[in-house]
Amino acid sequence: MSLDDLYQSIILDHNRRPRNQGPLEGADREVHGHNPLCGDQVTIRLKMDGTTITDVRFEGSGCAISRASASMMTSAVKGRTTAQALTLFDNFHELVTGAPPAGTKLDGNAGTPGMSNASGESTDVKMPRELAAFAGVARFPLRVKCASMAWHALREALVG
Amino acid sequence: MHRSDFPLLAASPGLHYLDSAATTQKPAVVLDAMREFYETSNANPHRGAYELSGRATDRYQAARERVARFFGLGDPDCLIFTRGTTEALNLVAQAWGRRELEPRDEVVITAMDHHANFVPWQQIAIATGARLRICELTPDGRLDMDHMRELIGPRTRVVAFPHVSNALGTVNPVADIVALARDAGALTVCDGAQAAPHMPVHFDTLGVDLYAFSGHKICGPMGIGGLLGRRTVLESLPPWQHGGDMIQVVQDEFSSWNVLPHKFEAGTPNVADAVGLAAAVEYVDGIGLDTILAHERHLLALATDRLAAMDGLTIYGPPAAERSGVLSFTMADVHPHDLATILDADGVCIRAGHHCAQPLMRRLHVPATARASFYLYNDESDVDALMRGLQRAAALFAVAGSASD
Repeated sequence: MSLDDLYQSIILDHNRRPRNQGPLEGADREVHGHNPLCGDQVTIRLKMDGTTITDVRFEGSGCAISRASASMMTSAVKGRTTAQALTLFDNFHELVTGAPPAGTKLDGNAGTPGMSNASGESTDVKMPRELAAFAGVARFPLRVKCASMAWHALREALVG
Repeated sequence: MHRSDFPLLAASPGLHYLDSAATTQKPAVVLDAMREFYETSNANPHRGAYELSGRATDRYQAARERVARFFGLGDPDCLIFTRGTTEALNLVAQAWGRRELEPRDEVVITAMDHHANFVPWQQIAIATGARLRICELTPDGRLDMDHMRELIGPRTRVVAFPHVSNALGTVNPVADIVALARDAGALTVCDGAQAAPHMPVHFDTLGVDLYAFSGHKICGPMGIGGLLGRRTVLESLPPWQHGGDMIQVVQDEFSSWNVLPHKFEAGTPNVADAVGLAAAVEYVDGIGLDTILAHERHLLALATDRLAAMDGLTIYGPPAAERSGVLSFTMADVHPHDLATILDADGVCIRAGHHCAQPLMRRLHVPATARASFYLYNDESDVDALMRGLQRAAALFAVAGSASD
């Protein structure tokens, strides 16, 4: 296992200059994520227009992996629908753990072109290429929680 | 030194184990002693009327006597074996606190306590309505003894404090705290988890009423430790857990309790681990705690000097000469968790996090620190490896910074 797989330059860049970091006035939803093992914390705030995420920002403290992940997650889901964001959650989870999340798939086929969920909403969304930088996390099992903390908080904000 | 005594270290030449404050590696003599017990003496002690059970009982008693001697405890029956420090401190907080504490009573602990001491007292205070008072720290990470003097008064019923801070390495002035507590008529409880492995502890002259320790931090197996106590104090405490071995007579309506130490050791005891612990303290005594202390101080001073010379490094706690085996630090712009991963890639094991001391981390205004801790098997090559890893981390994060600026 190589450190360069984990600390890719785009991750280090997002750690140093996080996007969408700070408070969000008038947020519709707010969820706090916490990793009691290492003390990392993140708060995700969303503004929604119907099922569309019109704005998303995060605050918190944590390691480079958790900070970069929160930064890139917010960039990836802004402007997406809830269904698309949940598909991205599934895809990201699979990317960093090497396995699809148990019982969280949307109608089974997240990521397959043309799929929609029970309410007819499109779940189809292309994974932003930069998120692939987190593939290296799968080789560092101790760091998976760092990478996924902000995503879990997002999921909780969307589905409760 | 002594690295070859430890099978895990001997089998891992590239490993730089700097997390002995969390748990120490185990020498072959400890592993051999435990195996030998199971192979030659295994039976349930204190029960069977056959020779083998008697042998197990003898081995358990011999282990108690050996460990008591390690701690300068003249009366081995005043050593209660527990799972470790956490269980020993819970035993005291529950057995003593539940009966003794009332609303308006005060419990004094410290801001540098490990959760193992902090939380049991916090919870028994909540349950009994007693008031929890927390002794604050000086800026350099010592107990603020002026504050301690203010806190300890006529309402103080117990003062519970660490001998050595697990997160900072601060060695606390036990005698001064005991003197204040004794004047107030308060019970003294000392968390010795981080002191016992590193310095001679002579319970009978230390002055505290109760002293808790963990075997796995003294080269012993996980799952055994103990509570040392003054006989009058231990005899006055009600039992904590009930079951076999701890009773004298069980009537339908009531029961009576066995004598020390059995009153506090309900159920089949952890004999093999006690035997392993006895072998561990024999091993540590063979090297000598004074030798170990001097060796650690040398490595700690060396590491502290070299880290302090690095840009962006903050070291927590008092000067190296006044600390025990622990180097707690942060590096600007590199989170401790990232440091630990980067060091791990070079085989350097350090701890990153809140060190089970969240109240302390809040007071240091950091979410976490990195902690390197030293023991008898470390040497200067471990310090070299730590430095190389930190320089690598600094370079990795600095390169990223300049690329994006």
